[in-house]
Amino acid sequence: MKIPSSFNRSLWVFHLNTGSCNGCEIEIVATITPRYDPERFGIRLVGSPRHADVLLVTGPVTRKMAPRARRVYEQMADPKVVMCIGTCGQSGGVFFDSYNLEGPVDQVLPVDVYVPGCPPRPEAIIFGVVKALEKLERLEAQQ
Amino acid sequence: MSAEKTKKTIPYTVPIGPVHPALKEPVMFTFGMEGEIVKTVDFAPGQTHRGIEWMGMRRNPVQIVHMTDRVCGICGIVHSLSFARAVEQIVGIEVPERADYIRTILHELERIQSHLLWAGVAAHELGFDSLFYLAWRVREQSMDLIENLTGNRVNYGIIQIGGVRRDISSEQRSLIEKGLAYYQGLLDKMATLFLEDSTVRMRCRDHGFLSENDARILCAVGPTARASGLNMDVRQDYPYCAYGDLDVKAILPPAETGGPRGDVYDRIIVRLLEIGQSVEIIRQCLESLPPGEILWEPKMAKLLAACKKAEGEAIGRVEAPRGECMHYVRMAGKEAPESWKIKASSYSNLMSWIPMLQGEQLADIPIIVASIDPCLSCTDRVAVTRNGRSAILTKEDLTRLSREKTRRMMQ
Repeated sequence: MKIPSSFNRSLWVFHLNTGSCNGCEIEIVATITPRYDPERFGIRLVGSPRHADVLLVTGPVTRKMAPRARRVYEQMADPKVVMCIGTCGQSGGVFFDSYNLEGPVDQVLPVDVYVPGCPPRPEAIIFGVVKALEKLERLEAQQ
Repeated sequence: MSAEKTKKTIPYTVPIGPVHPALKEPVMFTFGMEGEIVKTVDFAPGQTHRGIEWMGMRRNPVQIVHMTDRVCGICGIVHSLSFARAVEQIVGIEVPERADYIRTILHELERIQSHLLWAGVAAHELGFDSLFYLAWRVREQSMDLIENLTGNRVNYGIIQIGGVRRDISSEQRSLIEKGLAYYQGLLDKMATLFLEDSTVRMRCRDHGFLSENDARILCAVGPTARASGLNMDVRQDYPYCAYGDLDVKAILPPAETGGPRGDVYDRIIVRLLEIGQSVEIIRQCLESLPPGEILWEPKMAKLLAACKKAEGEAIGRVEAPRGECMHYVRMAGKEAPESWKIKASSYSNLMSWIPMLQGEQLADIPIIVASIDPCLSCTDRVAVTRNGRSAILTKEDLTRLSREKTRRMMQ
């Protein structure tokens, strides 16, 4: 695989929980711990969406969290990429018929990368981030 | 309100949440602050409400078992087990002994991974990131074991009504034993790192105090209650699965560490000791693992037919890593349960935040909030409004405050 030139700089990731079961959360945190260690490539979680290049969205987007998700997305600087982690963010998953959902993530935010799985393994999340890097590189070239 | 009157009330409020970057669920906190000291605490959960019970009342019990896995990704087995136990009581299913033992083994493996997860989070909140990484690295060992036994790292999907879906083979048995030996050697090291470290002691001793009486009044459960000196543990008081055959005693903070005081430090001690207890329970289970079936009824259609005919109500109780978890189910001769209510352990523990946080400093909020191991921790973006001016504190600012306090105390 060709390493995208986006690796020239660090890729900062902001994680947003929109009503997930915590399964994806702990896998995301497991991803940044020493076993997988993506920080050697400069990939790290940051505390503010204003610093982030990538938005990781988990959960099926509950009614209360939908406006907050939009606000977090708007706070991020361009170019930005949204990754949807987990099956319930893509289709609703086991929560598909709930009365309290604003629909899957792509009904609320424009999603660029989907990582399926309930929850996806850390390897899958890292693979998704690499896909996001490629997309960011394309977006940067367009700008 | 006149200007003078406003001055007398709490000078400014600090809202925290509900969006936060690092972990777990969103929750909204409102702190009334006087200087650095927390005077009043209020919180509003509910951001992750998905209507699980409502959905469950439209599905059959086998489908619900897979949904209960996804009530919480950290305690997957707890919810599916207590739901399955409630349905088993209604239908009158006798779970095979071997299945009971396998359930117990997985239940305890989950406790190990959950407590290690918590230990990492707690270390991170204190600004002790090397310990956070160590805890999460050793946690991967239990995740590997769980994956080997169930096929999944999270949301195991191993519990079935009337038993478990996978057996433990003899090769897996030796793998578990290897994993237990790994943890046995490691526990002393973890205990030294956490309990003999002066930083951890300074930040946690006599902070986030919850008295025994408060714990009882507020119905705290699990390690939060035990750290305050309440001798309660569902595994000891109302044994289920294989716990009746095993020697399980509720773990209280030992007298040599200062006895139960009910502070954050005691909660760390209880959880660390419980990892050791879990290792011991799994070892006992492996020694006396009986042969036999692992399912009451392997044919799904027959199982569903039995569930459909059943009428009655029951409560399934289990001791989750965070405390007692309870599922109430009522079946009325239909495919879907007529009523289903979940009482998760964090729900009982949330109220204990209020006495814990009152009188503490802003910089202590992260560790105290984390100390009950909530299924929601929230220290993301904080807006401080003082005299009409507003400033935004991020989670990083809060963590920085917490770290600076550690540094100040070290000097």
